[in-house]
Amino acid sequence: MTHLPAKSAIPQTLSQETEIISNNKVNNLHSLLTFSLPSSAQAPLPGQFFMVGLRQGYDPLLKRPLSTFDYENGEVKLLYKIVGKGTKILSDMKPGEKLDILGPLGNTYPMPELYETPIIIAGGIGIASVYYLIKKLPVKPIIIFGARKADELVMLEEVRDYADKVIGCTDDGSMCEQGTVVDMLCKLQSKTDTVLYACGSKGMLRAVSMEALKMGLNGYVSLDEYMACGMGACLGCVTKTDEGYKRICKEGPVFKMDYIDWMNY
Amino acid sequence: MNLSVNIGKLKLKNPVMTASGTFGYGEEYSAFYDISRLGAIVVKGISLEPMEGNPVPRIYETSCGMLNAIGLQNVGLKKFLSEKLPFVRKFDLPLIVNVLGKYADEYAKIVRELSKAGVEAIELNVSCPNVKHGGMEFGTDKKSLAKLLKRMRKLYKGTLIVKLSPKVSNIKEFAVISEGEGADAISLINTIPAMAIDIKTRRPILANRIGGLSGPAIKPIALRMVWEASSAVKIPVIGIGGIMNGADAVEFLLAGATAVQVGTANFINPMACLDVINGIESYMKEQGIEDVKELIGGLIC
Repeated sequence: MTHLPAKSAIPQTLSQETEIISNNKVNNLHSLLTFSLPSSAQAPLPGQFFMVGLRQGYDPLLKRPLSTFDYENGEVKLLYKIVGKGTKILSDMKPGEKLDILGPLGNTYPMPELYETPIIIAGGIGIASVYYLIKKLPVKPIIIFGARKADELVMLEEVRDYADKVIGCTDDGSMCEQGTVVDMLCKLQSKTDTVLYACGSKGMLRAVSMEALKMGLNGYVSLDEYMACGMGACLGCVTKTDEGYKRICKEGPVFKMDYIDWMNY
Repeated sequence: MNLSVNIGKLKLKNPVMTASGTFGYGEEYSAFYDISRLGAIVVKGISLEPMEGNPVPRIYETSCGMLNAIGLQNVGLKKFLSEKLPFVRKFDLPLIVNVLGKYADEYAKIVRELSKAGVEAIELNVSCPNVKHGGMEFGTDKKSLAKLLKRMRKLYKGTLIVKLSPKVSNIKEFAVISEGEGADAISLINTIPAMAIDIKTRRPILANRIGGLSGPAIKPIALRMVWEASSAVKIPVIGIGGIMNGADAVEFLLAGATAVQVGTANFINPMACLDVINGIESYMKEQGIEDVKELIGGLIC
């Protein structure tokens, strides 16, 4: 594993119109959106995201950043949680309705080295960022998938097909084991030739990363922050690193775990 | 059809520029289109020393707008001169460098260096707290502003633009001061201080608590201030505030603006500046107007 932050492998991105192919409820909190990749856009790589414009006039104003959940046969799938105004409107949109898409944006998860064992750590909706990575890994990973409660553990069964082992957990014990992803990682007692890939809430990422680094482990995290432009111009979505503020939409969203200033996260 | 306008010594091929802080130094948007098609580019403001900017969250969406408290993050004068200036000079359009400072000496140092580097236009960000005068913003303190401008005008022979703050009860006074001290043009408005609160945590959303509101929500306020300022001075007024399309831009031209800046719109549509230019042209064609200058101050009232 290189000691440099994950580099951007991406060339051009374009702003394009596309049509919703499907937009199905996964449960009352989550939906899965499918659209055709706009003709002149590059195929997304694991870790990359799209800025999704809802065409609702000026309210909501900004596009929403959503991770590439999956990509196959020219179709992009985005798994999203209904958290506010934009995602609520999106969840009510129907096949045939149009969206304005900017992307794919950001960098990609680096593949593990030949000698490295990948472990995926997903917190709740963090699964939306790592699912595509899981499918593309050269070996089946161990997946630790946790959430606060059962209805936030979406795609748990779907992810089993691509895993060596899935360790599910909920804070309240309503599904799978009772505990956090940090508890599960500690129980696993991984050796230092593992590479971790983590995505989840701020609190979860900080806890997982600080614990992992303490255990002598390292890997990659995918971060999120409120975004306006999504392409590096506005400097809104930054995170503190060893080398100052970096843009999550441009130098990220994937970063080396030990590169982030977790104390100030 | 003639879309060209003049601002001080600058000749713009059309009246559309970028708003400082929304377009970086042109690196990101130049991937989408030839930015030489713009009337001018106003780059991210530079300070004497590099500035890190504020902790996150720095931005937040509001109804028809957004808050930003980026905190003036920029590479500083040295790196601007060595890296950013050569890049943006590759494009064939007037470059306006936005300048900020904590006190007058800082502005002076930057302006001197930019002048030496042959920068043809400077936009002074006076919405900065004057730390040597109790933190009172230059742009809201008539004496401070006059003193600063007098000094900058002596130091700089290029096109000097003053970006006025909306935080004043009478924008005409500040427009007149700017003209009186020899500014070639004024641009207004900068963002409007505003706030958002998370009722779950009972805390302000932005780390900085207060941020600048921009976008369609502020257009009516910006338009009114542009109209008021234009009526008080003869120097060109550059209109800024929620311009999303050509029709919005025409409103500002009619209100008295010689040119406009497009900011937040770029985040919604990377091609926004081009769409605004095309929109102005469509309006002119529709109305049988040959020269955009016929629209400037053309408000009937």
